[in-house]
Amino acid sequence: MSFFSNLKRNKSDPKVISSGPSSLSSSDRLARNLGWFSIGLGLVELFGAHRITRTLGMEGQETMVRAYGLREIGAGMMTLSVDKELGLASRIAGDGIDVVTLGAAMHRDNPRQDNVAIALVLVAGVTLLDFIAAGAARGRHTRRLGERRDYGDRSGFPKGLSASRGLAKEKARALLG
Amino acid sequence: MRALVWHGKEDIRCDQVSDPEIEDPRDAIIKVSSCAICGSDLHLFHNFIPAMMPGDIMGHETMGEVVETGSGMNGKLKKGDRVVIPFTITCGECEQCRRGNFSVCETTNRKKELADKAFGHGGAGLFGYTHLTGGYPGGQAEYLRVPYADSTHIKVPDSMSDEQALFLSDILPTGWQAAVQCEIEPTDTVVVWGCGPVGQMAIRSAVLLGAAQVVAIDCLPERLSMAEAGGAIPINFKEESVIERLNEMTRGKGPQKCIDALGMESHVSMSHPDSIMDRAMQMMLLENDRPHVLREIIYVCRPGGIISIPGVYSGLIDKVPMGMAMNKGLTFRMGQTHVKRWTDDLVRRIEEGQIDPSFVITHSVGLEEGPEMYKVFRDKQDSCIKVVMKP
Repeated sequence: MSFFSNLKRNKSDPKVISSGPSSLSSSDRLARNLGWFSIGLGLVELFGAHRITRTLGMEGQETMVRAYGLREIGAGMMTLSVDKELGLASRIAGDGIDVVTLGAAMHRDNPRQDNVAIALVLVAGVTLLDFIAAGAARGRHTRRLGERRDYGDRSGFPKGLSASRGLAKEKARALLG
Repeated sequence: MRALVWHGKEDIRCDQVSDPEIEDPRDAIIKVSSCAICGSDLHLFHNFIPAMMPGDIMGHETMGEVVETGSGMNGKLKKGDRVVIPFTITCGECEQCRRGNFSVCETTNRKKELADKAFGHGGAGLFGYTHLTGGYPGGQAEYLRVPYADSTHIKVPDSMSDEQALFLSDILPTGWQAAVQCEIEPTDTVVVWGCGPVGQMAIRSAVLLGAAQVVAIDCLPERLSMAEAGGAIPINFKEESVIERLNEMTRGKGPQKCIDALGMESHVSMSHPDSIMDRAMQMMLLENDRPHVLREIIYVCRPGGIISIPGVYSGLIDKVPMGMAMNKGLTFRMGQTHVKRWTDDLVRRIEEGQIDPSFVITHSVGLEEGPEMYKVFRDKQDSCIKVVMKP
């Protein structure tokens, strides 16, 4: 196991004295938090399905809640990845499914109607955060049209392209060590 | 001093850190005059390369002036010398260094035990990279301690500007090695996948080495325009079929020489279902790298051809058609660049005006703008191809 202890910085290496601004923007951090939230919620849905259905008056729908848990975990992993736009989009789609599901449970016969209403408000709030994070991520990472330059004048050959073809061919094989 | 420091995935900061100090007689400290962000820095930025630690200083493309030396330079380096620092740290004495295999130097990886566990037998120490390669502080900083500095340096003539010399540290010899490893014949078609900085250097190298035709594959118009300026025939894989075009250009036989200048982060697109599978597997931590380009290269390469891989792969890849490669008799050549093997020749070629590597620079900024430029480079915004920083 001694090789694990090797994974530490040498004492003599430069150490951080004070930290500057990060490349991680506030929207990136929001996306990251939503990703972890998604995984946490997914685990709760996966392993606490009975308690959730009881709280929402949706007994008998545990399998569906567990499936939603898997969906949340998948969306969370995508949101934590570098393709966070995709993860956030899948979270928004999931929010839609959650709203429809909760909406269906929001009927007078449900003795836990109040809990469903609270859950709906919470989902609406998280959906708003998902939209904010997705919009910011799209704006940040998308290549904008009209910003593409033409580098057609950058040959890298001071003697010109034609004169440069084969200039090093005598060396090609000799150099292969 | 100020330095660009890795704090986690997508989290680079321009921090105030303590100054480096001489630790060994073979050490030198350089005051950095120019440094660059490399495509492989983005793999670290995305945390795809294992064994990074918060607080690690980034950067392995660096040059500057020697301001302090240890006592063991043996006259090879002195205060005031202007040097480029190769990204591979080399002792110059071990069996591998004597053979010219500098990137697998047996001495300089100070975390060799860790590397041996991960790779069977580890390679050289690298600047500003994972702890699997020694975890040495990198050169995106105001000062850099250079271990084994008597061997790990390239002296730069005063006639050469920083912009011309800086890329001797990595991307120029990397592109050159990729092309030389192809053993280019005058009748060869050489195809380069990925027109980032290494791809651009590989294209110029293949032209200098006398390929009959050089083909460049990418999807970004600005990168393809730079490739075309360097003598390549561009293929935009989003607009046309790579396989059909390459077969047209080679009378249906396929290119003899293929260069994967892309590595582990292939583009993900709906038109390439395997790339989507790779991305999903990568997210689920089921494979490290996305080898779509490697699969395509094995498919299109002419039997008996050579595949040269300068692009970085970090670990496990899935569904690579080894049977296809074996039955076509393909030769694979790859590895981190043996920078010192090529530098004397490349310095001479720059001095003689055969090549001027500064063509690739699209952005030149101060060190404090580094964290932002990581994002600009990653997202290919503002037609960014190569960022140089002046600390």
